[in-house]
Amino acid sequence: MPQTKELLHVLAVDDSLVDRKVIERLLKISSFTAVESGSSALQYLGLDGEKSSSVEFDRVNLIITDYSMPGMSGYQLLKKLKTSSALRKIPVVIMSSENIMSRIDRCLEQGAEDFLVKPVKLSDVERLKDYMLKGQGEDDKVKAAYKRKLQEDDPSSQSLSKRPPLVN
Amino acid sequence: MDIVNQLQRQYVDFLSSLYREGLLDDQFLQIQKLQDESNPDFVNEVVTLFFEDSEKLLHNLAIALSVDQQHVDYQKVDACVHQFKGSSSSIGAQRVRNICVSFRTCYDAKNLEGCLRCLQQVKDEYYLVKNKLQTLFRLEQQIVAAGGAIPIMG
Repeated sequence: MPQTKELLHVLAVDDSLVDRKVIERLLKISSFTAVESGSSALQYLGLDGEKSSSVEFDRVNLIITDYSMPGMSGYQLLKKLKTSSALRKIPVVIMSSENIMSRIDRCLEQGAEDFLVKPVKLSDVERLKDYMLKGQGEDDKVKAAYKRKLQEDDPSSQSLSKRPPLVN
Repeated sequence: MDIVNQLQRQYVDFLSSLYREGLLDDQFLQIQKLQDESNPDFVNEVVTLFFEDSEKLLHNLAIALSVDQQHVDYQKVDACVHQFKGSSSSIGAQRVRNICVSFRTCYDAKNLEGCLRCLQQVKDEYYLVKNKLQTLFRLEQQIVAAGGAIPIMG
């Protein structure tokens, strides 16, 4: 049962300070941590192998990460998270300023829940709460297949969602 | 009441002109939507971060492009412009963002002259939008000081 009264904890990863501020506000969730790199994210989650985790990692409900970052990319971070038995169940969403189909496919195949094209809007973020609240019952591959979308068709909604209407 | 109405109309006209002239796009409206009683200064805070970030980037770009052709670190230029493009896009500074897009073709081609031209253009557009946004905030402050509410544009 989703515990809607529980504080939801989101970890956002982005090298841009402006974007971290915007994402934080977009999420409007009580518990929020922003870090500026993939390696900081892993450190925070206790995956760097050196320090012990600074948070109980089953308390992070969502990780939202930028794709292009210096050092570790969002994709590389995603891979590390999905190959960790401790962390792979945490939903991960990728953000990118570039709308490249092969990039989107690769991220979804690697287990990302969704792929948001920047700049991120309120409507994109509305759905993220669903990922955090629902359980892990669904088959991940099925979810990924339904999320494919031709983004050129629908400039008003830049993230993967239902197929765009054929008539405006 | 009259003064408030006057100021509000001025505000709407001014903001409309910024959209019309392409200085701001829809994303700015998105940012405004995130401001409410619990976060009453949100737009100002984000835009201030944008100003600080941008000025750092412009400074770094000027340094990266102040050397001779063989010594330009185009990767550094790429990193700066990419960041500038991202942040300007996130707050809706459309013209700044667009220059960043053309800037990329110049540094991809390792065209120093082109890059210097783009740098000047992006600086001009940045200072223009900065100036306009500061005027906008001043108008907001005047409206609030006169006891009015800032009009919400749809």
